[in-house]
Amino acid sequence: MDLSAINPVLFIAGFLVAATPLIFAAIGELVVERTGVLNLGVEGMMIAGAICGFAVAVETGSPLAGFAAAAIGGAVISLLFAFLTQVMLANQVASGLALTLFGLGLSALLGQSYVGIKPPRLGDVDFGPLADIPVIGPVLLSHDLMLYAALALVIAVWVVLRFTRLGLILRAVGENHDAAHALGYKVVRIRTAAIMFGGACAGLGGAYISLIRVPQWTEGMTAGVGWIALALVVFASWKPLRLLIGAYLFGGLVQLQLNLQAVGVAIPVEYLAMSPYVITIVVLVILSADRTAAPGSLGRNFHASS
Amino acid sequence: MTQLLSLEGLTKAYPGVVANDNVSLSIAAGEVHALLGENGAGKSTLVKMIYGLVKPDKGRMLMRGADYAPAEPRAARAAGVGMVFQHFSLFNALSVAENIALGMENAPKMRALSARIRAVSETYGLPLSPDRIVGDLSAGERQRVEIIRCLLQEPKLLIMDEPTSVLTPQEVDILFQTLRKLSAEGTAILYISHKLEEIRALCDAATILRGGKVVGTCVPSETTAREMAEMMVGAVLKVPTRAGKVPGETVLKLEGLSAPAQNAFGMPLREIGFDLRTGEVLGIGGVAGNGQDELLAALSGEMTVKPGMIWFQGVDIGALRPTARRALGLLAAPEERLGHAAVPDMTLTENAMLTGAARERLERHGLLDWNAAKRFANNIIERFDVRTPGPGATARSLSGGNLQKFVIGREVMQRPEVLVVNQPTWGVDASAAAAIRQALLDLAEQGAAVIVISQDLDELMEVSDRFAALNEGRLSATRPALGLDVAEIGEMMGGTHGMEVAHV
Repeated sequence: MDLSAINPVLFIAGFLVAATPLIFAAIGELVVERTGVLNLGVEGMMIAGAICGFAVAVETGSPLAGFAAAAIGGAVISLLFAFLTQVMLANQVASGLALTLFGLGLSALLGQSYVGIKPPRLGDVDFGPLADIPVIGPVLLSHDLMLYAALALVIAVWVVLRFTRLGLILRAVGENHDAAHALGYKVVRIRTAAIMFGGACAGLGGAYISLIRVPQWTEGMTAGVGWIALALVVFASWKPLRLLIGAYLFGGLVQLQLNLQAVGVAIPVEYLAMSPYVITIVVLVILSADRTAAPGSLGRNFHASS
Repeated sequence: MTQLLSLEGLTKAYPGVVANDNVSLSIAAGEVHALLGENGAGKSTLVKMIYGLVKPDKGRMLMRGADYAPAEPRAARAAGVGMVFQHFSLFNALSVAENIALGMENAPKMRALSARIRAVSETYGLPLSPDRIVGDLSAGERQRVEIIRCLLQEPKLLIMDEPTSVLTPQEVDILFQTLRKLSAEGTAILYISHKLEEIRALCDAATILRGGKVVGTCVPSETTAREMAEMMVGAVLKVPTRAGKVPGETVLKLEGLSAPAQNAFGMPLREIGFDLRTGEVLGIGGVAGNGQDELLAALSGEMTVKPGMIWFQGVDIGALRPTARRALGLLAAPEERLGHAAVPDMTLTENAMLTGAARERLERHGLLDWNAAKRFANNIIERFDVRTPGPGATARSLSGGNLQKFVIGREVMQRPEVLVVNQPTWGVDASAAAAIRQALLDLAEQGAAVIVISQDLDELMEVSDRFAALNEGRLSATRPALGLDVAEIGEMMGGTHGMEVAHV
């Protein structure tokens, strides 16, 4: 075994890429949960976004059009969940699980003719001479646009939730939907919009896997990232910046175990493959000791009685 | 006086019930107008129409002579109508300033808003720190948040829905001074309450609703509380009676009962001690959130406590769970009817089974005897005059008062040695409340000991032999209830919680 075979620059650049799908999916779900809705369908929306993005990128030849289609696809499929839970007042847990199964099945159907094709590549952002700075250049400034977009999205969500009136209303609806309704806020409308935002983000996350990280289409290729995103939101205590740290921790561990497999560490592959999930959850459980952060109305259906 | 708001022939029907039937009333600028009525008389529906939460089916509203039909609360607020809700419409996890911003149109920047909150709270004697988290505030302080939220909009009409139910007597006095000052400045106040003495002290006029219709108006200061109560109920009221009795030996003893809070917004119990004797009623007062729920949980066995703190007939029962305590004869009925005292979607028979299984022998060799449970449920329904189609009805389908009669009756019928009840008549109309109080007094007369935890001081004075108050999780010394006056009770409840009188 030779640990020096791991190149630190490539390692860090790699884990930023590994964390990005998770960031997209988790930040969307964070907004959804902050409005008091528990959508367990993240995995289903991701895989739907992965195939929508992949198909449109292949057909049009434009990866950015693919990402746009992924966002739209994720938002559209999330409307199914919004209809069930916000209009029909169905149970949120059951509806979310159904959405995941539906998304997995639908994507497999849509993706039949796309197996084995290579999608068009999204080029790296050109930072000009800055990209030539040693270490910082290759680590931070040699990535595609969507990776930076994910970062910007987290910061934007943090700013909106914390400093704007829109964010205050979102948090209020999640905290006590009856009180928000009494003050005249449209609870169902706000939640539906948040669910669609969550769907669009999950779709982007899925497309990031199928267009950039892996670049190809295989059935079920999101491989549980949606579930990790759900866990991440809870263990990050619904805080965007803590969520970012958790996502990088997970991405780092994924990259590390891949590298360790490559250099032939004497640990069975199965243990290495499960380690990012186990370690991320353990660390976040420790971080999330304060349990009071959960939105007060999380998972409860709202019905305006008179 | 010119009319600020006139309601003409407002009608609102829900499936199966006419909530408001041709209701008319008018309020002048600066007038304090009381809206009186039993639960279900249509008071809430009426104010919801004024506040834009509900649209009337028929009739119209006029604001200063112009048509007024708010489509939503935002429009009502823009027209100068503010409302302080009965069940606070506050967000526990947000700060005071954030809560207030949510109730305002065009809320200013947080820093400017904080300054305005400080200024208004100073002017009206309602001290409040804008940065505190609402979940940490007392009930009185939360109400201040709601009032200040309204005052910042400079309302022409302020609707107050049962504002005093959570306040100590001293806090009520200060609230009234604030309201009188607002009224003197020309703000009209629509005041909903069923505390008649308060209405007599505060209001200029009163409209009485029964069954959705206006059944009368009066000038409260010239009408007795009894006359108003009888207009509300539409019948002559029976006041519970009690026979003088001598308490027997000690049946329940608490010694230094301490327990941590059960959740983040709960209250720890601190060194609570008292003796309870057979045949007596101990009334425990105090503002909500001062340890009432925790005390009930510790007594019922939902929360177990360390050894040596709770003694029942000389046995240490601190570690026993509710079923074991029930078997011994210590029964409890919690405050929340739906979801705590009764399972909403289960039938009355099933609910009767849930607490009655052990003492009524509804369970034999591990099998449930549903016929016996049904008989037991029928007995409760008959003896406590529960209005329901039968024991097959779900708990949720009963009105609040009827379900309350059922859950109290269910415990009383099990012949408890000690019965603990929390808010036995909360949200229950006057005649049902009188029946429940009478049942508790009868139970004590038959030799049981009863603990009544309540925020309704009139109720406590009516039923208690001895009185104590909870404040910050501590229990005051117990005192004979006879002859206690309001000022003494207020002191026992913790005084004014830092309120002061309006400054201008």
